[in-house]
Amino acid sequence: MWNNEILQNTVRFIVLVLVQVLLLDKILFLGYINPYLYPLFIIIYPLTGNKGLLILLSFLLGLSIDMFSDSGGIHAAASVFIAWIRPFVLKYSFGVSYEYNTMRVHSASLSQQMAYVLSMVFVHHFVLFSLEIFNMSHILFILKNTLFSGVFSTIVIFCTLYLFAKRTT
Amino acid sequence: MQQIIHFFIRNKNFLLFLLLFTISIAFTINSHTYHGNRFVSSANFISGSIFGFKSAITEYLGLKSQNEKLAKENRELRSRLLNVNPSGEVENTNPPLVVDSTYTFINAKVINNSYGRTKNQLTIDKGKKDGVVIDMGVMSPEGVVGIVSHTSSNYASVQSVLNTNSQVVAKFKKSNHFGTLVWDGKDPSILQLKEIPRIAPVGKGDTIVTDGRSTIFPEGIPIGTVSDFEIEEVGDYYRIQVKLLTDMTSLKHVYLVQRVDAPEIKALENEANDVE
Repeated sequence: MWNNEILQNTVRFIVLVLVQVLLLDKILFLGYINPYLYPLFIIIYPLTGNKGLLILLSFLLGLSIDMFSDSGGIHAAASVFIAWIRPFVLKYSFGVSYEYNTMRVHSASLSQQMAYVLSMVFVHHFVLFSLEIFNMSHILFILKNTLFSGVFSTIVIFCTLYLFAKRTT
Repeated sequence: MQQIIHFFIRNKNFLLFLLLFTISIAFTINSHTYHGNRFVSSANFISGSIFGFKSAITEYLGLKSQNEKLAKENRELRSRLLNVNPSGEVENTNPPLVVDSTYTFINAKVINNSYGRTKNQLTIDKGKKDGVVIDMGVMSPEGVVGIVSHTSSNYASVQSVLNTNSQVVAKFKKSNHFGTLVWDGKDPSILQLKEIPRIAPVGKGDTIVTDGRSTIFPEGIPIGTVSDFEIEEVGDYYRIQVKLLTDMTSLKHVYLVQRVDAPEIKALENEANDVE
């Protein structure tokens, strides 16, 4: 069971990086709007999994994306950040009880899922674009980018979640 | 002592986060300050071969338009070759693509291209093995593309002119007034030319070319044409919008150019700086 989980996460890691750099980075809807699917790895990481390991894996995930897109360390920073705040986001989206039962992300109510995914995606994008543009006088440009790309990413992440959701019936 | 250890154990996730976050920020700042010494770049074995593999598949999609571009360039070069004067001098046609033999050229293929971010980079399929070095100029058949920022043995990454960190010295073809070409991160076909003094004659449609001053590009490589201009509110300079001649969104074949005596000039300039 434990081995299966390692394998599953490894495959997910590699597939997400490849899909991101080979496919999604080329979309450029309206010239600059790009969806980012790879935060999905952090979003659906097992709820009871080791938090330290998640932070480390997120760093490697972000760094792989950075390596392909020559962006220094912006994806790594954004990923590490959402990996660290994940327990807090989980707590306010699903309530305190999330730690004790074995619920899955896609079996919670839609509004709870929305709150969780939206917060993760928007925080991620805000950190990402702040570091990319690296100039607080362009805050409007950062917010605009965050909003448009964030909506796009959320849609792509939800589609992926539902496409690959395991039927529990 | 026990309390310190206890503190570390209790906050180990936060400390790990802090450590990794700091490392990421350090990478980011490092990539902003000076190109060439960054830690993570797409010019490495893994990403290079993955992009190379992808490019080998998708290459066929753009073959027709790429062929047309190369044929057009061939036609231009051929017509210039036949227009050589009896005296053996090359006519001063525009653009003056015939440059002194003090420059060496390498041809390369773009295997990864970005133009939708504010810090855009390209990856090309030639590296140290083929003689590519950092600070070589990169140009397409139509004009300037960027500057080599990082190399590995088989691949190199290029800082595109569409990068808010890029600065290229450029001048007016007709009047030799020169300024710095930068990008504001908005439109991938429009660059901004700064520091052109008010006395310079500026008109829409004027051609902007590279300046030989920077030792990266030969003099007179076309960059773009003036699409709009205005005088800055403060200072006596123009702010000029330049429409790029190169379509940065469909690059495939590029040339790398290097001035043979660039290292000598660099060394001399560094020496002069050290004296100051």
